[in-house]
Amino acid sequence: MTALKSPTAEPTPLRVGRLTLMIGLALFFVFPIVFMLVSSLKPDHQLLSDTSSLRAFLPIGDVSLDNYVGVFERVPALQFLFNSIVVTGTTVALGLVVNSMAGFAIARMRWTGQRVVLTLIIATLIVPFETIAIPLLLLVSKLPWIGLEGAVPIVTQGWLNSLHVQIIPFIANAFSIFLFVQYFKSLPVEIDEAARVDGAGWFQIYRRIVMPLSGPVIATVAILTFLPVWNAYLWPLMVTQSEAVRPVMVGVQYFFQLNVAWGEVMAYLSMITLPVLALFLALQRAFIESIAASGVKG
Amino acid sequence: MAANPRVEAVAQARGRSRLAPGEGRLGWLMAGPAILLLIGFLVLPFILAFGLAFTNQRLISPNPTEFVGTRNFEGLLTVKVLSLEPERNEAGGTVIGEDGAPVYPALRDITRDRASQYYQLQEWLLFDVGGTRHYVLVGDAVFMKSLVNTIAFALVIVPLQSAFGLLLALLVNRRMRVVNLFRTIYFLPVVTSMVVISLLWKFLYSPDNGLVNEFLGAATFGAIGPVNWLGDPATALPAIMVMSMWQAVGFHMVIWLSGLQTIPSHLYEAAALDGAGRWAQFRNVTWPGLRNTSVFILITITIAAFGLFTQIDVMTKGGPLDSTSTVIFQAVQRGFGQQDIAYGSAISVVFFVMVLSVALIQRYLTREA
Repeated sequence: MTALKSPTAEPTPLRVGRLTLMIGLALFFVFPIVFMLVSSLKPDHQLLSDTSSLRAFLPIGDVSLDNYVGVFERVPALQFLFNSIVVTGTTVALGLVVNSMAGFAIARMRWTGQRVVLTLIIATLIVPFETIAIPLLLLVSKLPWIGLEGAVPIVTQGWLNSLHVQIIPFIANAFSIFLFVQYFKSLPVEIDEAARVDGAGWFQIYRRIVMPLSGPVIATVAILTFLPVWNAYLWPLMVTQSEAVRPVMVGVQYFFQLNVAWGEVMAYLSMITLPVLALFLALQRAFIESIAASGVKG
Repeated sequence: MAANPRVEAVAQARGRSRLAPGEGRLGWLMAGPAILLLIGFLVLPFILAFGLAFTNQRLISPNPTEFVGTRNFEGLLTVKVLSLEPERNEAGGTVIGEDGAPVYPALRDITRDRASQYYQLQEWLLFDVGGTRHYVLVGDAVFMKSLVNTIAFALVIVPLQSAFGLLLALLVNRRMRVVNLFRTIYFLPVVTSMVVISLLWKFLYSPDNGLVNEFLGAATFGAIGPVNWLGDPATALPAIMVMSMWQAVGFHMVIWLSGLQTIPSHLYEAAALDGAGRWAQFRNVTWPGLRNTSVFILITITIAAFGLFTQIDVMTKGGPLDSTSTVIFQAVQRGFGQQDIAYGSAISVVFFVMVLSVALIQRYLTREA
């Protein structure tokens, strides 16, 4: 049972007060986002003069999509979006495979050393990314990579300024493994036994039986991987120099030359935020529950 | 989590005393990619951070890397107090300068003297007490300011943000459609990128047309004039604190909410039967039931606050006058900006020690009684 109280138990003045407070807070949380979306449609002079009144939050006056057109003229926005989509999509996809396999091996198979491995994986949760960012920068600058020049494979040194340097270090994730382990342990062991009697190997059990039953944890891990990778700033700031590999968040730097065109800034910000907001609003229950799940950590 | 009793129990229940053929090898094979990646990109750089902090490693350097002992940490953490008496004239009286104040020996003569124990130290603080001038000299004054800013940020953010989050959780803790809408709205900033939010608020805080100034001006009928929030050392960090709480509080609302929903409703019914009012119910039922949640929340906010970086980099670059510089901002400035990997690693190690201490406090507070 939960601590939910019947709303009728509350005296009317208190209900009104509570509702007023909730609406006031809602305005407080939503006003910058509304301002961003509305301002992205206005020319700079109107955007600036509207800030002194409630017009700042209303799409009125000289409203157009000109700022969005301007964004594509000012920066290679499509390239940035493409880079972000590739980096985020690949990290999420590979992360789901690698972490769920590890979770499966730990939760449902028996092998020597698995307890030590799980303990060590959990122990790494204490290390924040900020602690390893600087040495990791040195490390990836020395790693070799096999690239293709035409059809000829060539070995190059250093991962800096590439898409894979934004992907590979973030595929394995201790917390994702932990979530998979928790979930896989909650599935009945009998399904493995039955499948084995039918002659299925462990990998088939993983792929054909356990994974199809694991929708909720797959969604949770996907969301918890997607958000920080899409929103990443510190790491891509350090490892990307050319426009060809920069993601959307680092792209914001291109807007701060001599004259800041705020309308275009707002258009760019809206563009890189709307996909996330749309996804959140569509899957809000899964989002909130996933993020609450990260509260298990610690 | 030292052992995995469940796996063991399951294995025993299966009554299998031997491993199935190939199971051991396949287990390693399936966990292998994750283990290798974690070792390569987490464990190895973590160990490297400690190793590099004792060297002079640079990102790109023609010279070989050398072991330099604790030099980087001395640079970061040295604190010395230097007290100076005013200069005396031949009669033994205090020399008074043209501005009417006593004249003290010049600090730079001391910090540039190779023979002095204060050689190359930087001035961090200065105060005059009873005719004596005291300097607090440190190895790296910008780092010290950053450390203080970071701790101040955490000290303000932690109580305010957790209290505000709890207030929101109490408000939305009922199962109604309209309440879900509010919960979603309060949560919106959490999924929004900190880069986007920082830029947005940079405009809101702007001294010219910023909405914050316009609103305060209108609400106080002009009594509060336009403030250059991010341009004034006195207001820059507090302005970033407000924005950071605005962004993250929805996350902690959700965590508080899951804590609230573990409190059994019969406790409230019993309290109500005993005639407990709302406040008494909160004090005696809700708050004790949230003990572990509250420890968790305090720790997560503290660790996140210690890691303050994106807001600073986007909004102020540590300025004005280093008033918003932080530990991680310095780690990135030195390690990446100036390519001094060794010094940046030393800062990362200091940061890790801060985080570890907080985690150990959590362990202590949530220990099994």
